[in-house]
Amino acid sequence: MEKLLEILDELHPDVDFETEEHLIDNKILDSFDIVTIVAEIDAEYDVAIPAEELIPENFNSAKALYALVEKLMDE
Amino acid sequence: MQITSFGFLLFAAVLLVAYYLIPKKGQWILLLAASYCFYLWAGIEYLGFILLTTVSTYAATMAMAANQEKQAKYLAENKQTLSREERKAYKAKGKRVNRVYLIACLVLNFGILAVCKALLIEPFKAAASAGTFSFLSLGLPLGISFYMFQSMGYAVDVYRQTCAAEKNPLKLALFVSFFPQLIQGPISKFGQLAPQLYSPKKFDGKQLSFGLQRMLWGYFKKLVIADRIAAAVITLRGPEHTGVSFFILTVFYAVQIYGDFTGGIDVTVGLAQALGIKLPENFIRPYFSKNIAEYWRRWHISLGEWMKDYIFYPISVSQPMLKLSKAARKNLGAFGKRLPVYVASIATWFVTGIWHGLTPNFVLWGMLNCFFIVLSEECSGLYEKFHGRFHLKEKKWYGGFEIARMFILMNLIRIVDLFPNVGDYFSRIGSLFTKFNFHVLWDGTMMKLGLTALDYIILAGGIVLMFTISLIQEKKGSIRELLWQKNPVVRYALIFALLVIVLLMGNYGVGYNASAFIYNAF
Repeated sequence: MEKLLEILDELHPDVDFETEEHLIDNKILDSFDIVTIVAEIDAEYDVAIPAEELIPENFNSAKALYALVEKLMDE
Repeated sequence: MQITSFGFLLFAAVLLVAYYLIPKKGQWILLLAASYCFYLWAGIEYLGFILLTTVSTYAATMAMAANQEKQAKYLAENKQTLSREERKAYKAKGKRVNRVYLIACLVLNFGILAVCKALLIEPFKAAASAGTFSFLSLGLPLGISFYMFQSMGYAVDVYRQTCAAEKNPLKLALFVSFFPQLIQGPISKFGQLAPQLYSPKKFDGKQLSFGLQRMLWGYFKKLVIADRIAAAVITLRGPEHTGVSFFILTVFYAVQIYGDFTGGIDVTVGLAQALGIKLPENFIRPYFSKNIAEYWRRWHISLGEWMKDYIFYPISVSQPMLKLSKAARKNLGAFGKRLPVYVASIATWFVTGIWHGLTPNFVLWGMLNCFFIVLSEECSGLYEKFHGRFHLKEKKWYGGFEIARMFILMNLIRIVDLFPNVGDYFSRIGSLFTKFNFHVLWDGTMMKLGLTALDYIILAGGIVLMFTISLIQEKKGSIRELLWQKNPVVRYALIFALLVIVLLMGNYGVGYNASAFIYNAF
């Protein structure tokens, strides 16, 4: 989770990713950010996030995103 | 049947009455029948196109669903005996089979769309009408770009298992052909629209009233504003109009396309609302945008969402792109990180461009948008420093400046729509920097564009009204909700006044037929 928070902090240092739960709904992350995060996760965790998982529910909070990474690692 | 015609209004009125009178179970069947009546009205020769899309989408999605079901059953039955790797390999095999069904469906449908679009341009146009293939020179089948994108989005969703396949072919036929949105969108997702189409609807006076009010507002924008200013746009396209005249053209075209497209969508969304169906919003006051990314989140939203979900994301997160990302990071530093996103953006904007037409100007239009998006992304750090240094973001006037800057930039990009020969476009853009003919504003040129003094007065009043309404919506929310809280006498007096304005000041042509919508051509 810490690595993931580092990735997110680097993108938007002004956002508190530990508490923010509406990253997409509040337009904090845009499509460019999402693709950058996917590439970072691929490099860091060796997990490829498929296009069908790029939905607001998976990216609205760091917690939800981490749950997705864990799910994909288990598969 | 034009949605601005009296025939359409009569058709909609009869449908609305019948819709709420018949047993609720039959409402979706009535919508299907109405949608096909509407389509047949446009011409029986186009029926084959929409049927082919419907049947091929149904066949592909049913085949994928059957495969997914079989796979899930096998995995459940052999949960204990299969290893993790075996499960993974079995799933991958199933996905490969489904990919074949999906690709076949996409190639067939987009192939038809590509042929139809190619036949609109030379030399294919001349060949089709002169040769033995003259049946191909029918013109673009009504709404083909919209219903096809909607259907193909649904097929991809079934493949991705983000929505279940519709087993009833008639219900799928309604999703493909739902008539209010058939001709110019919005392009809906199956998961959002389909359940609403099939569910029984109780009569709701407020929704009916809100829907009709929105239709009236749409007719105002289309008939009073867009169709009136159209005459001047046609004149100003002439080669003699350069410099300041060209700049005026870009502003007039901005007004025309806004009134035309958002007006058409208001009629569509309003009619659907009167039928108890909520369509996605396609525009959120786009001319108030302060940067290009924001503009594209507010203009033609459903097409942008479609492109993002089905073109931009799949390309961006594909294996080759992730490999490129890793290599670019090592060699190009921070820019390398963003490079894959830019490559995917170029592909997405290229597709968006050719969706509008297979002519060089639409490709250029897509590339110009992409260029300015990438430029603004690359300069974002610089902008932030600049804004911070002079505390610009806290100043109200600077917000106004950003809006004006974006309005002018988008006008200059959008106007390429009107110049199939891109050389003409660049020479007009060049004239902005070489010809300062401000005298056209007072030497009588403006009165020779096809607009009378009264037309200018009506246009000025109409634009002020649209601007005021947009400003209230931006600050206080829904106008119709605000009106709903007012005394009914005031509310209906205002609605009646708007109706009178549309009837008296609408730009009706011969036989009271308004001109076609610009987006019908895409």
